[in-house]
Amino acid sequence: MSDNTKTKKLSIISFSGDFDKLVAAFTLASGSAAVNYEVNIFFTFWGLNAVKKKRGRTFLGKGFLARFFGFLMGGINNVPLSRLNFGGASPKLMTYMMRKRNVATLNELVEAAIALNVNLYACEMSMHILGLTKDDFIPEVKGVLGVATFLELSEGGDKLFI
Amino acid sequence: MSQIQIDITKEHCPMTFVKTKIALAKLDKGDRLEVLVTEGEPLENIPKSATEQGFNVLEVSHVAGNVHKILIEK
Repeated sequence: MSDNTKTKKLSIISFSGDFDKLVAAFTLASGSAAVNYEVNIFFTFWGLNAVKKKRGRTFLGKGFLARFFGFLMGGINNVPLSRLNFGGASPKLMTYMMRKRNVATLNELVEAAIALNVNLYACEMSMHILGLTKDDFIPEVKGVLGVATFLELSEGGDKLFI
Repeated sequence: MSQIQIDITKEHCPMTFVKTKIALAKLDKGDRLEVLVTEGEPLENIPKSATEQGFNVLEVSHVAGNVHKILIEK
């Protein structure tokens, strides 16, 4: 089989939920989808914050502790920079710099990934810990998966843990 | 049969590829897309990626400075 006939596939495990790492994940996802890769993103733990319907801080989840964590974590508007976060000021400054230099912002990258039909999935186990349901996520999240299904979906392609 | 043009000379990765892909998806059979790109990655990879996706790259030509034109047909 020649390289041209291989299925081109990239599967990303989005774990960290940091602003900069989400930018990396969505840049790779949208860029790969644009050059005809099949792309899957599996959001787990902190990564789930990127695909919550509520973009800011809300008491989301079932149970007191889950709701407390839900508030602390917030949604995509609250994701922190992995370094030099300065209490949440840095992601806003970084977004300003990205706009000024005509580089796609995190929100634009998410929109691009959705427009190019990147497959978004949520981790069942993390959702269970945090008391979240599929309805807490944007409708583009196609499904709720465990490890076995993720391995099946990603088989034969490249995998990245970000 | 129609022709559309996009200018991605001010864009950066990955939006160069994203905007091209979205424009290509709008083409019907026989339609053409003219993409203005700068030298480097977009110039090298957009024709390759379009060909891989089954489009015909009719022309890659120099416009001015570091700007080039890629003409693609569905």
